Amino acid sequence: MNKMKRRESPGSNAFLMAVSAVILGLIAGAVLMAAIGSNPFSGFYYLFRGGLMNIERIGNTMATATTLMLVGLSVAFAFKTGLFNISAAGQMLVGGLCATIVAHKVFLPRPLFLIVLIASGILGGAIWGVIPGLLKARFNVHEVVATIMMNWIAYWSIYYFVPTYLKGPSLETESASIAISQSLRAPWLTKLFNGSYMNLGFFIAIVCVVLVKFILDKTTLGFSLKTVGFNRHCAEYAGIRVNSNVVISMMIAGGLAGLAGLTFYTGYSRNMQIGVLPAQGFDGIAVALLGASSPIGVFFSSFFFGILQSGKGFMNAMTSVPPEIADTIIATIIYFTATSVLFGRIWEAVFKRRRTIAKEEQ
Amino acid sequence: MDHVIEMLNIRKEFPGVVANDDITLQVREGEIHAILGENGAGKSTLMSILFGLYQADEGTIRVRGKEVQIRDPNDANDLGIGMVHQHFQLVHNFTVTENIILGKEGGFILHRKTASERIAELSARYGLNIDPDMVIEDITVGMQQRVEILKMLYRDAEILIFDEPTAVLTPQEIDELMQIMRNLVKEGKSVILITHKLAEIKAVADRCTIIRRGKLIDVVDVSKTPVSQMASMMVGRPVSFKVEKKPAQVGRVILDIHNLTVLGNKKVPAVKDLSLFVRSGEIVGIAGVDGNGQSELIEAITGLRPIDGGAVSLDGNDITNAPIRMRNEIGMGHIPEDRQRRGLVLSTTVYNNVAIKEYYRPPFSKRGLLDIEYLQEYARTVVDQFDVRSGEGIFSNAGKLSGGNQQKLIVGREMVANSQLLIAVQPTRGLDVGAIEYIHSQLVAHRDKGHAVLLVSFELDEIFNLSDRIAVMHSGRIMDVVLPSETDEATVGLMMTGIDAKGAGHE
Repeated sequence: MNKMKRRESPGSNAFLMAVSAVILGLIAGAVLMAAIGSNPFSGFYYLFRGGLMNIERIGNTMATATTLMLVGLSVAFAFKTGLFNISAAGQMLVGGLCATIVAHKVFLPRPLFLIVLIASGILGGAIWGVIPGLLKARFNVHEVVATIMMNWIAYWSIYYFVPTYLKGPSLETESASIAISQSLRAPWLTKLFNGSYMNLGFFIAIVCVVLVKFILDKTTLGFSLKTVGFNRHCAEYAGIRVNSNVVISMMIAGGLAGLAGLTFYTGYSRNMQIGVLPAQGFDGIAVALLGASSPIGVFFSSFFFGILQSGKGFMNAMTSVPPEIADTIIATIIYFTATSVLFGRIWEAVFKRRRTIAKEEQ
Repeated sequence: MDHVIEMLNIRKEFPGVVANDDITLQVREGEIHAILGENGAGKSTLMSILFGLYQADEGTIRVRGKEVQIRDPNDANDLGIGMVHQHFQLVHNFTVTENIILGKEGGFILHRKTASERIAELSARYGLNIDPDMVIEDITVGMQQRVEILKMLYRDAEILIFDEPTAVLTPQEIDELMQIMRNLVKEGKSVILITHKLAEIKAVADRCTIIRRGKLIDVVDVSKTPVSQMASMMVGRPVSFKVEKKPAQVGRVILDIHNLTVLGNKKVPAVKDLSLFVRSGEIVGIAGVDGNGQSELIEAITGLRPIDGGAVSLDGNDITNAPIRMRNEIGMGHIPEDRQRRGLVLSTTVYNNVAIKEYYRPPFSKRGLLDIEYLQEYARTVVDQFDVRSGEGIFSNAGKLSGGNQQKLIVGREMVANSQLLIAVQPTRGLDVGAIEYIHSQLVAHRDKGHAVLLVSFELDEIFNLSDRIAVMHSGRIMDVVLPSETDEATVGLMMTGIDAKGAGHE
């Protein structure tokens, strides 16, 4: 009777897919915990408790989520234009370096200082993003290759800049600590969250979520960026300049990752270490994937990853479960999100089967 | 009489659609059996089931009276079923022999010589006229198709399926193909011909199975059934084949192409020193076989491909090197050849697609902010006016629309913008008769508003039906510009192969 009626395709629901990926990731984590002889229930209990049990820990989770949110936005923004930004880590380093220099050398009234500090983070990241964008637009160098290179250029540049210009009093391997008044930390926030790492960066990230959503949904810039991302041949046909959109998109993505570096190096921690490519730069890819590249999705998925990241130490302390289990869960979730097409098929099959059974019963 | 193939009560369902609903097909030994239906009627699905690409949900298949399971194309081959695909599956830098024995090399040592001799023998027997040692990229499309046929014969196919075989051929090559089919049948083979072209069925088929919207309508004896009756059975209502139009009211020159040279993908000229003009109020049709520089010419005019020499002007403005957006603003509409690749963003909504060329300027947006309400309202008028049907109206993703509705959406977008030059490339490719009628009438209406229309089509009927002047293109050049009233399809068909009206060959 209803043969021609279009069946709802549950596979296309981004939310359902994200939840499936998370659940499967957690199950995989549980299996691993059981395999090493730990109790998965107490493992998960302490993992989530570690992220959420008191106001200080919640503050730390939020501070962790802040950086992930901005990197996630960066990767998601590039995704929307059909680009794969793998150098969020490098952009974080350069954005963070610029911000750290400002924090050490520029002294201004607090509001003005914050504006300069934020601008320096955006600028550093944007420069690091725009270079692969230009290479792609001008010489058709694949952005994945170019952005990976940019990561290492940033990594080694830090080796030079930090000991030469920002050396701390004791250690050769990290920059001098930034004074609280020159950082994104705010005494009232620290107090509110009981001395956690929570800082003003969180508000920057929230503003960016709203701003990115606004740009993508409501502006002509968003329209052209998305058109290029969905179908560059059609964009070209319609008269949209594909190459300049690629450059703009990478510049904005870089700026967002630069802000992530700002929140990490002048908010969460208050110094820069040499020889570390920030893992958040890569975790952000997972955040964007799980959030289906939408700003709101990124907002929620960054919190989820934030809990895992900040809870894993507590889990390790309270149980015999090593903190790497949390990383394994993240990795598994990435794996399941990346194969989300598979979920679509599975859901499809489940629904179809249910339907056939229903039909046979009639 | 014996049935060589019987597909009984076949049902095949895809998510949301029943592609084949209780279809029965019975092919007799030694006949040419046509399957007639519009695009999306379920012809290809039915043949894919027979060839083992899909499995039927219900129904049985019998080959020579014996029930069989066809799980993949290898099973089909073993049963003597061969398919000549619409898109040839040939390795371009291999010889004919190498292509034919590909996958059937048999053992470690390649017996090229024996294979080549057998191919030559088969070619002679069926009148295919193929030299086994030619390299594929050096031979014509028509010959490539015959290589595909040889491939089937070499694999001892007894039943040959032709999937829309004439789409890429010149009228002369079509005649040759018809003859080849007759030869095949004479030698005891059976042929299944899938097509939506009635003239071909009338010319060559014995019987015809007509399907519409996944259902079997009738099986008719071709010689006893008039074309108009088959057409109305296919579409479900009477159809007119002639486009009604008044004589053209020609005005000033809108598009002027002057000594244009354009390089193709291989960096050799694909368009050579070509000049052509289109005036307001006329439709100029470019006739030619696919691959003679039409795509490159259109890409050059529309700004998608750089121009190597010469000049193009649009309504008096030199646009030789103008950006695409400037061309759009002067008033160029373009219905592109590949609607899914160029014409639409399939993963976004209908209303975004309608605005894709104009979103950046008022009233679509102000100071960089989109006026989404206006976008939607504008899209609604286009969708209503051009009868674009979709599940959720303007909120549907363009990819969810049927081919015909996608094309109507593009046609609507390009026409509502009141383009003083409309370039339509293969505007009705793959569409059903109803949609073709509609798009043809819209193109004529656009002309009657005093706009210029440049039409590129590989279908000669379409060119003759619509054009006020016909420019015949061969090998990157315009052979001649003729009036449809003063020529016929045979003459134009000959010019398309590079032989001009006086009978002299070019290149």
